[in-house]
Amino acid sequence: MHNPQLNSNGELIHLLSIEGLPRGILTHILDTAASFLGITDREVKKVPLLRGKSVFNLFFENSTRTRTTFEIAAKRLSADVLNLDITRSSTAKGETLLDTIDNLCSMHADMFVVRHASSGAPYLIADHLKRVGRDDIHVVNAGDGRHAHPTQGLLDMYTIRHFKKNFENLRVAIVGDILHSRVARSDIHALTTLGVPEVRAIGPQTLLPTDLGRMGVQVYHDMNEGLRDCDVVIMLRLQNERMNGALLPSAGEYFKHYGLTPAKLALAKPDAIVMHPGPMNRGVEIDSAVADGPQAVILDQVTFGIAVRMAVMSILAGN
Amino acid sequence: MKIAITNGRLVDPKHQIDARQDLYLADGRVAGVGQAPAGFQAEREIDARGLVVCPGLIDLSARPGKLETELKAAVAGGVTTLVCPPDLDPVLDEPELAERLVRQAADLGLARLLPLGALTQNLEGERLAEMAGLRQAGCIAFSQGKRPVLDTQALLRAFEYAATFGYAIWLQPQDYYLSRNGFAHDGEVGSRLGLTGIPVSAETVAIATYLTLAADTGVRLHLRRLSSAAGMAMVAKARAEGVAVTCDVGVHHLHLSEHDIGFFDTHARFDPPLRSLRDRDGLCAGVAAGTAALCSDHTPLDQDDKLVPFGEAKPGATGLELLLPLTLKWAAAAKLPLNAALAPVTSAPAAILGRDDLGHLGLGAQADICLFSAEEPWRVTPHNLRSAGKNTPFLGYEMAGRNKATLVAGQVVFDAL
Amino acid sequence: MTLPPFPLPDAEAQCRALADLIRPRLTPDTALVGIYSGGAWIAERLSQLLQLPEEAGLIDISFYRDDFAEKGLHPQVRPTQIPFDVNGRRLILVDDVLYTGRTTRAALNELFDYGRPAAVELAVLADRGERELPVAPTYCVWNLELPRQTCLTLGRDETGLLSWRVEDHA
Repeated sequence: MHNPQLNSNGELIHLLSIEGLPRGILTHILDTAASFLGITDREVKKVPLLRGKSVFNLFFENSTRTRTTFEIAAKRLSADVLNLDITRSSTAKGETLLDTIDNLCSMHADMFVVRHASSGAPYLIADHLKRVGRDDIHVVNAGDGRHAHPTQGLLDMYTIRHFKKNFENLRVAIVGDILHSRVARSDIHALTTLGVPEVRAIGPQTLLPTDLGRMGVQVYHDMNEGLRDCDVVIMLRLQNERMNGALLPSAGEYFKHYGLTPAKLALAKPDAIVMHPGPMNRGVEIDSAVADGPQAVILDQVTFGIAVRMAVMSILAGN
Repeated sequence: MKIAITNGRLVDPKHQIDARQDLYLADGRVAGVGQAPAGFQAEREIDARGLVVCPGLIDLSARPGKLETELKAAVAGGVTTLVCPPDLDPVLDEPELAERLVRQAADLGLARLLPLGALTQNLEGERLAEMAGLRQAGCIAFSQGKRPVLDTQALLRAFEYAATFGYAIWLQPQDYYLSRNGFAHDGEVGSRLGLTGIPVSAETVAIATYLTLAADTGVRLHLRRLSSAAGMAMVAKARAEGVAVTCDVGVHHLHLSEHDIGFFDTHARFDPPLRSLRDRDGLCAGVAAGTAALCSDHTPLDQDDKLVPFGEAKPGATGLELLLPLTLKWAAAAKLPLNAALAPVTSAPAAILGRDDLGHLGLGAQADICLFSAEEPWRVTPHNLRSAGKNTPFLGYEMAGRNKATLVAGQVVFDAL
Repeated sequence: MTLPPFPLPDAEAQCRALADLIRPRLTPDTALVGIYSGGAWIAERLSQLLQLPEEAGLIDISFYRDDFAEKGLHPQVRPTQIPFDVNGRRLILVDDVLYTGRTTRAALNELFDYGRPAAVELAVLADRGERELPVAPTYCVWNLELPRQTCLTLGRDETGLLSWRVEDHA
């Protein structure tokens, strides 16, 4: 099956998922991101790579935070950025997703950054662009349903590489609501592609997808056991709507079993880093003492996120 | 009209015939097999050289859409009888509606249309529909289509009432709560792609409930469109224990699995969902063993119904014209002889319908006949499909087995000889 | 067209000659900026020869290339590192080969995004002519002409020695 993210030369033309991308492409993105990191220290915090290009932020699902990071990244590349909050406009008038896309194509877009509540929506868009002969427009998945959030996955990898130097000898634990998490799926694919020998998923059975082992991870229900000797701990956000009883009895009981406290973190390696895609629920999945502690690298993730998104956009625009 | 079909390879699963034999038809019935009845003077002779002559296909589940178009597609595909579910627009919960549909189909003079009546009023799962009236209007059994009966007591009452009058109940076993938000098999692929899952237990829990109530009430139960190996095993076990239960499987489920979703291919969205390879193998074995019949589960959809994200796409595929080639493809892969290949779409569904005049070519049977070329390749393209539904995961595939002519009640209703 | 002399000139000797050209005009506020990869090696070499107190700046012009739309991003981008404030400094931009002048333009653009230098000069080992932009070297030790398909590149072996390489692109 042809991977719609790659052109016939094997170059990245859309970033839809980490799954199926060769290690070389992931490493290239991380290496390029390293070069962008220094730009923010300069007098002019911009490079002219995407000058004259138009990046459309298509957010069918609200997320000011993610949209802003893409906007900053595009602007640092000198692109023109248009933010379209589609939840409130066209779909409300009954326009289909592909109608919206056709309309925007006519506005000379060069790149679509897509956030959508349905898994696979960016694939549909990429497929449509190819069908109508507009595959010169690049698609970046900024989160689709439960499926993927590839730039978050990449920035997590950047963070891990920054602090741990390489991936070959690491033990990484992902804790929490993996069932509903596109971040977890992207992290798992990225970690296994980059050669991390041991990826652990920790959570109650209600929050872990079926057949998770097939994705190359080891499943733990006991957090104390799962955290033991880990180099990296990735905490996931627990959405409010999951706490109301059907999947978990309460936020308090969840915290008791799966909240990251200094005592639980002590089971990991002493130099383990703690990551979180944000926004955090303090006292639900993470204790403030850990979130603000010396092992947390959560704010570094945000900084790296901009550089990684710049790298992704500039590599796509060049292919 | 007296017709002789000569020089063909006659295949009749019910009578285990697979031989070069001529077939003689008179007054819409089979009048002679291998040997013309005394004094038979054919008004028309059809030369079936190089073709298989077999009973017309009986499709236990097909949505008719625009009636004339889809019935033309049916006979083009060799389907001479099709059963349609009651969750149409309008719902078949009143005798007049069923009567009108049956009359419209009869006026067209194409395939036979056998509707299922609604089990409950407006399929709401609460009050019983007027089964006797519906039965009189031509409904062959009672069903909920895709709609659930949430109240198990209401279901028990429906079973009891139907059993009282000897009506059959056809249900799709899918627990409402275990499946309501899902749109893909709860397994490896759905987990990877982040598609909300429908576990196998949605099917097995419902089967367990239905089998228990059927055993208690003695109702004649038919389970529509099984999707799992576990479900098939439950039905096989119940049948072995003497429960009067039958079942069918959509022909796509013999070929496809969750893996065919690929990168969110909406054409691989089905209801029930395509499941694991193990499930697919279990369904194939169940059909081969005679536990289940096959149906096309024909669902013609607009292009727009599939050009949306996977979870928003309507489930189903066009099927009437693919039932024959997909059945042959399954049988070829399983190395089954033609008799065994065609049984799940001829004699087996006829038995489920309780019709001893359909699905075979014995003397006196309805002259519903399909003449097809077993080898002739053809490509599945929108142009090659007569159905308004061009939605199929097999678009672009080459199929072996092409229907060339169809007769219903001794009348030629499709002729591409 | 003149073919390159064979054997090719000694790049290490050329570096010393280039340093000799620069030395008389050094001021306290002079700083070197080498363009990856050849220019960066030369800048490091010059820095030693001229005994400059600061490390040379290293610049990767990938983000400023004018052929990005056709060729895409270079597969190996290295971080630009300028370990000093460029404002008010006299900079000598260092490259191995001056050709069309497009690399120099890209490097100048990038430099100015770091601040406003007092002056920028250009030092190259080789100038092969065929300019497409109004750019001229301030310091140069080797003028030559080459056919278009011939590529002149500077290499560095595992001991750190610099040497020239000539390749024909069919």
